[in-house]
Amino acid sequence: MADIVLVPELLASRQVRRHNSDCVDIWAALDAVTDPEIPVLSIWDLGVLHDVQRQGDTVVVTITPTYSGCPAMDEIARNIRELIEAQYEVQASVKISLSPAWSTDLISPQGKAKLREYGIAPPHERGAAGQPIACPQCGSTDTECVSEFASTACKALYKCRSCGEPFDYFKCI
Amino acid sequence: MTDTVDKQVLFRYVQALGDDALVLGQRLSEWCSAGPFLEEDLALANVALDYLGRARMFYEYAAQVEGAGRTEDNLAFDRTAGEYHNHLLYELPRGDFAITMARQLMIDLYSVEYLSALCHSRDETLAAIATRCLKESQYHLRRSREWVVRLGDGTDESHYRIQKAFNELWGYTGEMFVPDANEQTLADAGIAVDCRDIREKWDRQLDTILAEATLERPDEAPAIGGGRQGVHTETFGAMLTELQYMQRTYPGLEW
Repeated sequence: MADIVLVPELLASRQVRRHNSDCVDIWAALDAVTDPEIPVLSIWDLGVLHDVQRQGDTVVVTITPTYSGCPAMDEIARNIRELIEAQYEVQASVKISLSPAWSTDLISPQGKAKLREYGIAPPHERGAAGQPIACPQCGSTDTECVSEFASTACKALYKCRSCGEPFDYFKCI
Repeated sequence: MTDTVDKQVLFRYVQALGDDALVLGQRLSEWCSAGPFLEEDLALANVALDYLGRARMFYEYAAQVEGAGRTEDNLAFDRTAGEYHNHLLYELPRGDFAITMARQLMIDLYSVEYLSALCHSRDETLAAIATRCLKESQYHLRRSREWVVRLGDGTDESHYRIQKAFNELWGYTGEMFVPDANEQTLADAGIAVDCRDIREKWDRQLDTILAEATLERPDEAPAIGGGRQGVHTETFGAMLTELQYMQRTYPGLEW
């Protein structure tokens, strides 16, 4: 039973919106836009892609920023515009919306698996706070936090006592 | 909804919140490459970045409220010292690591309470910004709390320095709990936070942490204020000179 993954409400409503959208193809095309700092994660996996709508001749894409000062947002917005304008030959505009607030709950289960493969420990599930963080290299939970902040705004620095490797943990907020 | 309040009053309030974030972000960023060790250097830079991001959100909204064609960059870089309305605690020089951490703890505690209340603002944009920033401040607090306890309950030298830091900063905390007329108007309208309401919680939480850190709560000091009126401390001008250097040298420069 412990393996049943509960999908947060906001993520579920996004999945429905994507599935029922009249521009499913654009949602799918946007899977090619990734976070410049974590290139294995698409903006969908990261939970940043909120909505895609055609409004007349324009495609309006809504994204929700991760961290206040995250410099990747400007680049993500630019990449979205360029991709849509190149592939669909329509105007694209990107709306950055603060609401609903992004949280690590919005990272998809696939996204978490990709993070782990990439060598970044994914954020723990809601309600699992205080649980040990598993090393993405060897899987050991004998790890320690070296610093609450690491190479980018979204990560903390950990060290595995078992295999000795330092690793990034995608911090949970 | 916000049509019922004077645009200028709202503009001033949102801009002041942006000023708090900008000047603290600038002070924290001064630690970049000068932190006590690598991980701490990264942590300080990360917190600074969160504050600069916060400043951008407030300034962007302030510029929109003002509707006079100014941008977030104009607000951040094109004003004179007297036109910044941040609380003075935020602008004080970074000092030693103890000063930086004592200030950070007091501001993190304040921010968590303040933003929790602002999440319920009748102004939807302010509520959305507060929701975004609250999670970050809660995270910052974990670290500043840990450092204050570690330094207070550490060596004789670290204890002495962090106690001295609290004593020196104490007089600047009072003004954070006294609303100016502008804030009062908006608090009455359910838009701003009435900062008097968060005093008790702030006091209680700070006392708990100080006790854990074996530190004394400083004696009441003469309150130093004026930040929200644009009156600043001695080093503010020098800090602005550095902050504004690029825009003053190449006006309108963009990345």
